[in-house]
Amino acid sequence: MNSKMTRRTLLGQAAATGAIGSLPTMSMAATSDKIRVGGLHDLSGFLDFLGVPMNKMLLLAIEEVNAAGGLLGKELEPVIYDPQTNMSLYSQFATQLSLKDRAAVAIGGITSASRETIRPILHRYNVPYFYNTLYEGGVCDRNTVALGTTPAQTVEKLVPYTMKLWGKKVYTLAADYNYGHITAAWVKRFVEENGGEVVETDYFPLDVTNFGPTISKIQSAKPDMIMSVLVGSGHLGFYNQWAAAGMKNEIPIASTTFGGGGAEIEIIKPEVANGIVSSYGYYPSIDTPANRALVEKVKARYPTDTPLLTELSVLTYESLLIWASAVREAGSLDQAKILEVLEAGQTYDLPSGQVTIDPLTHHAVRDVYIADLQDKSFIIKEKYSQVQPSDTQLVCNLQEDPTANVQHEISLN
Amino acid sequence: MDYTIVVAIELLRAVAGLVLISTGLAIIFGMMRVINIAHGEFMMLGGYTVVLSAKAGVNIWIAMLVLAPLTVGLFGVLVERLIIRHLYGRIIDTLLATWGLSLFLIGFVAVVFGNKLEGVATPFSGIAIGEYSVAAYTIFLIGAALAFVASIYLALKYSKAGLIARATMQNPEMVEALGVNSKLVFMTTFGVGAAFSGLAGALLAPISGVIPGMGVNFIGPAFITVVTGGSSIIAGTLSASGLLGSISQSTAFLAGPVYGDAMLFFAALVLLRLLPQGITGRLFTRSL
Repeated sequence: MNSKMTRRTLLGQAAATGAIGSLPTMSMAATSDKIRVGGLHDLSGFLDFLGVPMNKMLLLAIEEVNAAGGLLGKELEPVIYDPQTNMSLYSQFATQLSLKDRAAVAIGGITSASRETIRPILHRYNVPYFYNTLYEGGVCDRNTVALGTTPAQTVEKLVPYTMKLWGKKVYTLAADYNYGHITAAWVKRFVEENGGEVVETDYFPLDVTNFGPTISKIQSAKPDMIMSVLVGSGHLGFYNQWAAAGMKNEIPIASTTFGGGGAEIEIIKPEVANGIVSSYGYYPSIDTPANRALVEKVKARYPTDTPLLTELSVLTYESLLIWASAVREAGSLDQAKILEVLEAGQTYDLPSGQVTIDPLTHHAVRDVYIADLQDKSFIIKEKYSQVQPSDTQLVCNLQEDPTANVQHEISLN
Repeated sequence: MDYTIVVAIELLRAVAGLVLISTGLAIIFGMMRVINIAHGEFMMLGGYTVVLSAKAGVNIWIAMLVLAPLTVGLFGVLVERLIIRHLYGRIIDTLLATWGLSLFLIGFVAVVFGNKLEGVATPFSGIAIGEYSVAAYTIFLIGAALAFVASIYLALKYSKAGLIARATMQNPEMVEALGVNSKLVFMTTFGVGAAFSGLAGALLAPISGVIPGMGVNFIGPAFITVVTGGSSIIAGTLSASGLLGSISQSTAFLAGPVYGDAMLFFAALVLLRLLPQGITGRLFTRSL
């Protein structure tokens, strides 16, 4: 309690100092010859395996923009903080980026909790914010651009694709928090729309590591396929236990999460993971000149400890490029002008495919892929062009309500 | 019928799981009255020993059954020499010291090996039971739990070392007077407890994978089992594991895993209200 008070008091003081000192700082920022880009990713703590690659890809994008002459005649300067998967550090650093560093843009946040911690702060101080993780959808905030896929984009494609392949009886396994519940609800809706049936949905707290009872229940329910919305390292035990029970070639698995962070395919052996079908907005195997070039660039820049290329890390890279292009077009760092450019409906050609910012929700209308995992590589089976974030579009209209500053719970019931 | 057998095997597995994760703690906490908050991290070290040796090409059974308990047992001896021996009889201080050790180990392993999950393939494949199949490894874990209990029972009851250990825990001065080096006995007992923790972590590594923070998932259920069991190591661990394991696993079957976890803690709560000294504080009081 005591230390918390101190920290809060300190924060207050920091904010106050920032406010008092705002006049001189602002003029300094205007004349300073560098544009500051804020990066907030967990570089240590339980999510560092996601945060480190995201941060590396952000730095790569900044270097590229600088190599091409910077923006508005100025160089970009990365201001990187490590919030250590700690929400009070997230809020502290977001405030620091806004008030002390006067960052022109903030990029980061991994979990929905961290995003909801920093999003209102950046909104309040008018620092444009890019969030690049796939998530449950529903954020409605004109200052925020969410580039990651939402369940309506991936599940809508994955469900009919796999049902056609395997059959109509689906058994869902989901993580027991809002992402799992919301995604499972979408799975149910799309399964029913396609004439199938969800025989059972089981939810698991993140620390569950024993899936024995569930595996027996699945065997007695005899579904045609399993839809896995399992999250985190504890849940990875399911795949090993499933294979150990000899079920690997009996009932196929589709997943909205497996391989999303990239590390899964290194941890779970190919004999267990082969054949899992997933859907994301990016796979390293996308065969376009833009993506092949990116893969080469990343290898050249990071010859050792090459960051894993996943939806999270590549979208982080792309978010900086989108912001930079908006700044160039606006000819200014002014938030209002940049937002206008972003809302103009321009389509960006990026390694992940074509991306358009939906002006109503500030989510990405993007290409979505379905891939089959074989021997640690994703073989792309299907590509869907320009998929709308239709879940968030149900609840958010930033043109009618440009001052919105919330995350809506998308209820399907 | 087949389903009944499958459910029965899963119940036994849950009980065996609790026996495995709490045996090492029962020795260190139950016998020596050292609150070992780093118990989960001892298990984590056992898990890492298996994963790293398997990567280096060591046979998985040697890694699991020999290297893991040996490594963690030796580490336990080191911890006892450096930290624990100064704290005997100061039960709250042992809690603080081992908590610090626990945080250090998590941080250290995360820095050295990275904060990511590592895994080894699960040995054996599935066994068919009618239309169902269960992992043969599950049966192996049940057998391992039986071996845990049997080996401790035999050692404590029939070996001279076991007798000396029990006597030392009861009255170290008297044992010293009889010419036994009680310091050596404490050190060895702690090492053996740590070795059992490491072995448990090694046995569970193939099904859950290992990560620096994995101990956190085990420490709660392990302490609950040992406290609910009460003062006798074997009867306590067995009765508490049997009761809590079957209650939580049946709930998991009927209502899902969320309620299974909750039920374990609820059952322990009720038991401790009725039997504050643990099960063996009231029943089987004279057993080991």
